[in-house]
Amino acid sequence: MASSIRLKTKTRDNITTVRAIIRHPMETGFRVDETSGELVPAHFIKLVTVKHNDQVVLSCDWSRAISKNPYLSFMFKGAIAGDKLELSWIDTQDKTDSIDTLIE
Amino acid sequence: MLRRNILKSLTFGSLFFSGLLKPVLVLAKWNQTAFDATDYNEAINSYFPEQQIQETDQITISVNPVIESGAVVPLKINTNLSKPESITIFVDKNPTPLIANFDLSPACLGFISTRIKMENPSNIIVVVKADGKLFMTKAFVEVHEGGCG
Repeated sequence: MASSIRLKTKTRDNITTVRAIIRHPMETGFRVDETSGELVPAHFIKLVTVKHNDQVVLSCDWSRAISKNPYLSFMFKGAIAGDKLELSWIDTQDKTDSIDTLIE
Repeated sequence: MLRRNILKSLTFGSLFFSGLLKPVLVLAKWNQTAFDATDYNEAINSYFPEQQIQETDQITISVNPVIESGAVVPLKINTNLSKPESITIFVDKNPTPLIANFDLSPACLGFISTRIKMENPSNIIVVVKADGKLFMTKAFVEVHEGGCG
């Protein structure tokens, strides 16, 4: 199955910009399904971890209020082209996914 | 019996120190009480219990002041504060006002960009922990159609 995560990096002047999009419904638990008329149960990503060469650079705690198909961008120093960057997530159903890429 | 207990505790201890138990510890960090809070003051007080938060102009929230649909509100947060350690986002009129927390390693710049949901016209409140102290700023956003349901 294709990964739920798209991860891109760009390094300039020793600063790496990371951009990620994760495919996930991020259900709040407040939305009513239009056909069944029932509340759709909450189902959202709780934790996102980004590692640079196995060291955590960013760790995120999310609520139901991060938009569907979450977007995340941040910047960090000290990476060089070819270093490993890994992003992983865990949601409220303990589902998980991860991806790694080489820093550009 | 005693020896068995000692052995047991040794095993637990070595698991702990070898880092095998880490995923559990990381999971435990998610602050259930604060994320479940339905009132802004309750959310911020349970996330930062008994801590002073100082208003600052050193945090910039870049957001469109008028939003048509609250389902997707793009947000950029920048801070010039030195040694930023975390960035925490609240929306005071959302059903659950704590939106997200980002723990920054020392390598990170004081910058986060994401997209959030807003149910009502509200203040977005951003708290930055920098060099061990808490700072905050806020931005009001007009929302025409709620994005939580």
